[in-house]
Amino acid sequence: MEPLIKIKNLTLGYDKESVLSGVNLEIFEHDFLGVIGPNGGGKTTLLKAVLGLLRPMKGEIIFRKDIDKKKKPMGYLPQVKHIDRNFPITVFEVVRSGSMMEDSSKVSKAEVREKTEQLLVEMGIEHIRNKAIGYLSGGQMQRVFLCRALISDPEILILDEPDTFVDNRFEGELYEKLKQLNKHMAIVLVSHDVGTISSYVKTIACVNGELHYHPDNIITQEQLNSYNCPIKLITHGEIPHTVLKHHH
Amino acid sequence: MNSIVELFSYGFFQKALFAAVFASISCGITGSYIVARRIVFISGGITHASFGGIGLAFLLGFNPLAGAVIFAVGAALGIQFFTKVARVREDSSIAIFWSLGMALGIIFVFITPGYTPNLMSYLFGNILTVTISELWWMFILTTIIILFFSVYFRKILYIAFDEEFARAAGLPVNLFNYLTITLVALTVVLNIRVVGIILILSLLTIPQAIANLFTKNFKTMLLLSSAFAFTGTMAGLFISYFMDIPSGATIIFTLVVMFVLLRLYKHFF
Repeated sequence: MEPLIKIKNLTLGYDKESVLSGVNLEIFEHDFLGVIGPNGGGKTTLLKAVLGLLRPMKGEIIFRKDIDKKKKPMGYLPQVKHIDRNFPITVFEVVRSGSMMEDSSKVSKAEVREKTEQLLVEMGIEHIRNKAIGYLSGGQMQRVFLCRALISDPEILILDEPDTFVDNRFEGELYEKLKQLNKHMAIVLVSHDVGTISSYVKTIACVNGELHYHPDNIITQEQLNSYNCPIKLITHGEIPHTVLKHHH
Repeated sequence: MNSIVELFSYGFFQKALFAAVFASISCGITGSYIVARRIVFISGGITHASFGGIGLAFLLGFNPLAGAVIFAVGAALGIQFFTKVARVREDSSIAIFWSLGMALGIIFVFITPGYTPNLMSYLFGNILTVTISELWWMFILTTIIILFFSVYFRKILYIAFDEEFARAAGLPVNLFNYLTITLVALTVVLNIRVVGIILILSLLTIPQAIANLFTKNFKTMLLLSSAFAFTGTMAGLFISYFMDIPSGATIIFTLVVMFVLLRLYKHFF
């Protein structure tokens, strides 16, 4: 099977100073990859490169032919701190902005509008469609931006710390939704909170200066240490060191 | 009442009326953009930098507004360059261009031989002395702004809201940023004659602040800002004429009073 994204010997950084080096990674259809690692370890840098916002210093990122940012972009949900809540824009326009490239291609405006309406209904936020984003709760914001990411029917959905939008109550709701979406698309989920994500993701990548791929969603403290990935684990299993195994 | 009707028959007042229309639309639209995008301070830098161009024009004897255009656009692009390429902090780059422009303006005016009488009209503006050729330029710029913002409305909105997302989706973000900031620079320069360098920033922000009381929708904000800018400009113009006080300052004062009254209205009703 041809990977959706193939990352080959990638080195990333700013101003000649590398943040992340020697990265090799393949993402396939139906993958659900959790990217974990400490702050400053290079998670966001890697995302930027995949999204085409940062040029690699070395190596390359190869996309499957049908994944083209002009025709079929990746779905992307940014960190909440990145959003200006006072910006004068309505929920409807935010969701619609996910299809900005389709605006200029063959898809008609009516189709885009229809798609937007449909997604708002699906996500249960059609009643706030004309609200300015400044008046939304964390959970509503998260759904709005998830809608924006989904409107282009992406093959890959990339989420950058989506749990920071909401408190724990809504977290489960999001991950259930992602589980559903995973049937149609690959998902890459970045988080510093390995505890929450590991019962949903299928594989894990530890990022801290380099990337260690872990083809499983059960990871132990020893493995994290050997990956040079100093993050705090919240224990879910009975055995102290087999962290995150059970999560009911 | 008669004197108001009579006023409209005067050529200078008719010109002022057109200037008010063009100023309100151009400032209403570009002002909404800079407010939404939080780049008011950049616009302040561009405005004050243009004083250097006015000074240079006085010294070399060409049209002051042409000098202002060169300095304003130069500052707009210079601030971007300083920040992105030379890696100077953005607020510092703005302050550097802001004060450099003013400093050069003062030096140029000082070494210009002879007395330069209408410097005040560039610093504080005078809508009653706008010339026909200036009106034509304002008309052309306003038309360009209306066309640009209607044709590319969504692209402008989406880039302003989330630049990174727009970039990831393949929109020509840099091109749009340079085009919009150039339009802001041109708006500033052509409206210098209306309210002046020192006061122009308020025409780009107060009507928008008033509009923001009533809407959080960008499109409505563009229209409402222009409408409030026009109301304030005309009211200020009448007041300044009948009380015989400077028009630019009166327009700004009127706008602030409008804002305070409407803010209180929103608070109580």
